[in-house]
Amino acid sequence: MRIHFTRKNLGIPYVLFLLIFVVMPLLVLFYFAFTNGSGEFTLTNLTDFFTNPNTLGTLFYSFAIAATTTFFCLILAYPVAYFLATSKLKARSVIIMLFVLPMWINFSLRITALKEILTLIQGNLAFYPFANSVIGMTYDFLPFMILPIYTAIEKLDPALIEAAKDLGAGDKETFLRITLPLSLPGVMSGIAMVFLPSMTNYVVLDMLYNSTFIMGSLISSYFAADNWNGGSMIALILLLIICIFTLLTTTKEEDNKDGGNLL
Amino acid sequence: MENTNIIELKNVTKRFEDDGFVAVEDFNLEVKRGEFVTFLGPSGCGKTTTLRMIAGFDLPTHGEILLNGKSITKLPPYDRPINTVFQRYALFPHMNIYENIAFGLKQKKMPKDVIARKVKRVLTLVDLEGFEERSIDTLSGGQQQRIAIARALVNEPEILLLDEPLGALDLKMRKEMQVELKNMHKKLGITFIYVTHDQEEALTMSDKIVVMNEGKIQQIGTPEDIYNEPVNVFVADFIGESNIFSGIMTKKLKARFCGGEFDCVDDILEGMHVSAVIRPEDVEITKPEEGTIKGVVSSVVFQGIHYEIAIQSGKNEMIVYSTEHIEVGEKVGMKIKPESIHVVIAEDHTNHFQVDINSDYRLEYNNKVLDTSLTKLFKDSKRLSDGTVIDASGEKIDLERAKIHASIQPQDIKMTDNVDEGLIEGKISNLIYQGSYYLYVIHTELEHDFAVYDEYLWNMHDRVGLIMPVDKMSFTIKKSK
Repeated sequence: MRIHFTRKNLGIPYVLFLLIFVVMPLLVLFYFAFTNGSGEFTLTNLTDFFTNPNTLGTLFYSFAIAATTTFFCLILAYPVAYFLATSKLKARSVIIMLFVLPMWINFSLRITALKEILTLIQGNLAFYPFANSVIGMTYDFLPFMILPIYTAIEKLDPALIEAAKDLGAGDKETFLRITLPLSLPGVMSGIAMVFLPSMTNYVVLDMLYNSTFIMGSLISSYFAADNWNGGSMIALILLLIICIFTLLTTTKEEDNKDGGNLL
Repeated sequence: MENTNIIELKNVTKRFEDDGFVAVEDFNLEVKRGEFVTFLGPSGCGKTTTLRMIAGFDLPTHGEILLNGKSITKLPPYDRPINTVFQRYALFPHMNIYENIAFGLKQKKMPKDVIARKVKRVLTLVDLEGFEERSIDTLSGGQQQRIAIARALVNEPEILLLDEPLGALDLKMRKEMQVELKNMHKKLGITFIYVTHDQEEALTMSDKIVVMNEGKIQQIGTPEDIYNEPVNVFVADFIGESNIFSGIMTKKLKARFCGGEFDCVDDILEGMHVSAVIRPEDVEITKPEEGTIKGVVSSVVFQGIHYEIAIQSGKNEMIVYSTEHIEVGEKVGMKIKPESIHVVIAEDHTNHFQVDINSDYRLEYNNKVLDTSLTKLFKDSKRLSDGTVIDASGEKIDLERAKIHASIQPQDIKMTDNVDEGLIEGKISNLIYQGSYYLYVIHTELEHDFAVYDEYLWNMHDRVGLIMPVDKMSFTIKKSK
């Protein structure tokens, strides 16, 4: 039989991929989340999550880490992105590359290097676990914040800035009323790309000797203890949080289709 | 003394730092309050840069810009009582129409009710009442254009700058907006400075036109002046359709061009090399024996109001607009009133002439083949096996309908006593000593005058052959309509 490369046939590998790696795991996740160890339907996993001070504490700690990381990424990234996007420097693509360059190095190597530096400064990393985790994550995620903001500002029509000045707005007003609002889609993308991963990226915490759990390590600890049902419920709730977060940020972006969205 | 000039540009020059390109050179202009001034020129002529310097987006390298007699040369755009309508409107996409228009007024910290009233009034002016809450992307191009105008006008600027504001609109819309802009100008009395490359737009709308080319002002004048009395060949060629011939002043108020001697009204020194500019509507077609020159009709194209008739007279082609239809091939005469012949002194003595393409697709002049290949004339063109020539983009060059214009500098032509040696034979009809060489005018058998520089003295009325090396000629193709 000859194989015809119609659109339908060409789609088969992707459908298989989606079925095996997305749909199936999701179904398995749902199954475990709403059953107990002997396979009977139950909601105890859900109620456990919201009654167990451990899980709730971890959730808040994760939020705190993620929010702080995002905050620092944003205040570091925006000025960099702004000045690079608006400067007439010929070397600006090189500078952008310098910021992106660390991403080409394996992230565990990067964090190991950071660990050594922080140890040199602080003597013992155990003194400031929260701060160190935030430093590690900020270092890790900074390029993901810079790039979308840079793209958003760079794509701004220079005529809009000129129009604002023409209409009597000084540099500050032009920035506040034109550049900043029009770069918000890029900021939203950046936040989404930093906030969500930093809720679960427990490897950074591990490597910087922060023994507090965040969502990622919590799930992993449940699974390590063979509590597949509890772990799945936490994963499901995390997934839900991510979905809501993504929906919130993307609906705002719809207005500006050529912003700097990466999502 | 009351100073009625609202804005003056004095010796303004703009050189861009990064590449040293001089966009505007020694620009001097005075604009009176309430005038509608248009900067007209081909793209890259510096008209937009000049406008940007008036707006304050670019700073002049040299020179001064005075507003009401006071220098605003270094003032930032937000401190100038001048507003701009941008080429692609530059409306703020994150604001609705009300917010866009109110932007400038909010900057001036006006009370909310005043802003609301002004916005409403200006929306009425641009015929978009009730559009306050609409978002920008629900508007058509023409409506966005009106909002852009409204956004600038609501600030009651002393000068409104318009940078090719109608360029993005379709023809019908453009015509309507031209009329509306003109009406707005009349109604408001604000000074308009308008930039366009569309000569028709400039002619219909302006009180004063500034024709620019390569960063320099070519001519400043009313539309009538510019059209009827162009000061040089560039202006004549750029504004409207014209026949331009190189020629020579044979006597006082007599010019020879296009194979005939014409009376004219421009008093230019005898023997001067000149360019004669004749508008197609100024040529009167007569019976062959009644015309100053004779010719054969080579094409007739109906253009709605008139026929565009091409008449071949010797080696020259005259374009004539006439309401009467004439058959192709008919022999006609042509007469031109002296006051319709506009003669300007030629800036240089470059010889322009038309060459033919023969059946072997080779160039010919005076029935002599020029030793050059057609493919050399057009960059990256190729000759296919069937003899057709395609250009760089792969499009076929229609050689049947193409006209090839050749030009050669007077110092590149050699005269010879051996008349057969030259590409063409002619008689020396004029000579002028130029200090270190003589300028000769050779009147050829084909009724064309060639200018030749030679350091040796030849006699008047000598018959000479003109040797014109092909590698010194440059060729341009003119596709006929």
